[in-house]
Amino acid sequence: MSNLEKYDKLFLSSFRVKPEDLPTLTYRGIPAWDSVGHMEFMSEMEETFKISLSTLDVLDFSSYEKGKEILAKYGVTL
Amino acid sequence: MALFTAESGWAGRTLCISDSGLTLTYGDLDTFADRFAAGVGERSLGFLLCENIPGVLMAYLSCLRCGAVPLLLAADIDPALLSQLVETYSPAWVFRPDALPAETSAALGSTEPLLAEYGCTLERRIGAVSPALHPDLAILLTTSGSTGSPKLVRQSRANIEANARSIVEYLELNETERPITTLPMNYTYGLSVIQSHALVGATILLTTRGVLEGDFWRFFLKEGATSLAGVPYTYKMFHRLRLPTMDLPTLRYLTQAGGKLPEELHETFARWCAESRRRFYVMYGQCEATARMGYLPYARSVEKRGSMGIAIPGGSFTLEDDDGQEVPEGAVGELIYRGANVTLGYATCAADLAKADEWHGVLRTGDMARRDDDGYYYIVGRKKRFIKIFGNRVGLDESERLLAARFPEAEFACTGRDDLMTIFTDGRDPALPQAAVDYLSGVTRLSHTAFSVTVVDAIPKNDAGKTLYIKLTPKEG
Repeated sequence: MSNLEKYDKLFLSSFRVKPEDLPTLTYRGIPAWDSVGHMEFMSEMEETFKISLSTLDVLDFSSYEKGKEILAKYGVTL
Repeated sequence: MALFTAESGWAGRTLCISDSGLTLTYGDLDTFADRFAAGVGERSLGFLLCENIPGVLMAYLSCLRCGAVPLLLAADIDPALLSQLVETYSPAWVFRPDALPAETSAALGSTEPLLAEYGCTLERRIGAVSPALHPDLAILLTTSGSTGSPKLVRQSRANIEANARSIVEYLELNETERPITTLPMNYTYGLSVIQSHALVGATILLTTRGVLEGDFWRFFLKEGATSLAGVPYTYKMFHRLRLPTMDLPTLRYLTQAGGKLPEELHETFARWCAESRRRFYVMYGQCEATARMGYLPYARSVEKRGSMGIAIPGGSFTLEDDDGQEVPEGAVGELIYRGANVTLGYATCAADLAKADEWHGVLRTGDMARRDDDGYYYIVGRKKRFIKIFGNRVGLDESERLLAARFPEAEFACTGRDDLMTIFTDGRDPALPQAAVDYLSGVTRLSHTAFSVTVVDAIPKNDAGKTLYIKLTPKEG
């Protein structure tokens, strides 16, 4: 599975959304992506890509697109 | 110090600063409170739809001043639950943020505006007659608001004043404090932060952002917040954010309530605060006691981890058996609290709002506790069937009733621990587990991750038809 596929799959399974929802997905934009969902989502993100996100990046991981930029900083290319 | 009257000499002091850039003074409150009182007219019941924004704060404090009685509800309450509460209690007015979903507005019935200010509107409900209100009644809060129970707690001015004064004393608050909002105002703990700080003329930093948003911390730093309040789940987030590594020079103290904090987290935060010369307070309370009943003095927080502490100033605890006798030293008993902050009682219908004090300063908390040799209390269990999900009390029996009404073809039994409810069902429909979680999560406005479903052949029951919870074990994973 490519990194992008893994990345998409995390969103789809964590928030139970459809692929076409991904580009516009934002933190608190849907009920499932609330603070509770975000904490678990961040942990799964770290586990999947074997990285440790900084506090600032956890706070800034506020959308599907923004998340791609953040992962790039950790050498994860999507 | 004044919550119920204007304090001379405070007019120039800042009451609140919002993340939208609005700054209001205690003098602004004096002016607004008069207009609010004129709008509401005679003493009557209203609904206050809460968000952490200046208008709601001003309206709440105005109610305390003029004697209008608000029921505090979350602005994002499920519209069906709101409409049920409107029907049950017949509020004469509502105060609401202007930006509300259409269904929420519709649940309030037909209204006409009386006063518009700060992005909020005070509206009269056309044709509604307020129920009779007992002279001691000041405000109403929900007990299990999230499951839509119409059961309310009746609080008096004396309750609010006594509890706020105790909190000011043990947290050593003064007018230089700048607490930042992390909890909803309609939640007893969030409200107690507001009340105790307004009592000393401090400045409240109002934000609608949560602690997992960069904007929350930017606002915190810009305005120099001095304290943080959190339920156990908030502390899990603080831990995840590695709060001790964040540069927060203005932070003086942290409080925790809303359920038992895991001991490791208690120790982590107690040690960090001790090392960084901050104060960390684990606390204990219930809406039925206005807000707070116990606190753990910060100096002993590391040593007494796992304890919720001692009674607040002016209150006392005993441990009793079902006959009201004190249990032997060292034994577990039901925690009983006595103090001026024990509220008047419950209301389950509009007529109850005319009732006088029913509890007379004594509260059976429903929590089972023990006391150590130094007099510190430890909560070990609960008598009543409820759990706390992210600090919100959720009734297990009420959840069963909600599910049974929504999915009449199946039977349900709810158990669980804090932050995770397990729903047992004998329903055969493969879509039912997901539908049940989605439904409860939607009604309670709590994350779906807090609910799990285990399908069983049948719900075990005794001869009297009562569910045998002891025979139910959740599936692994």
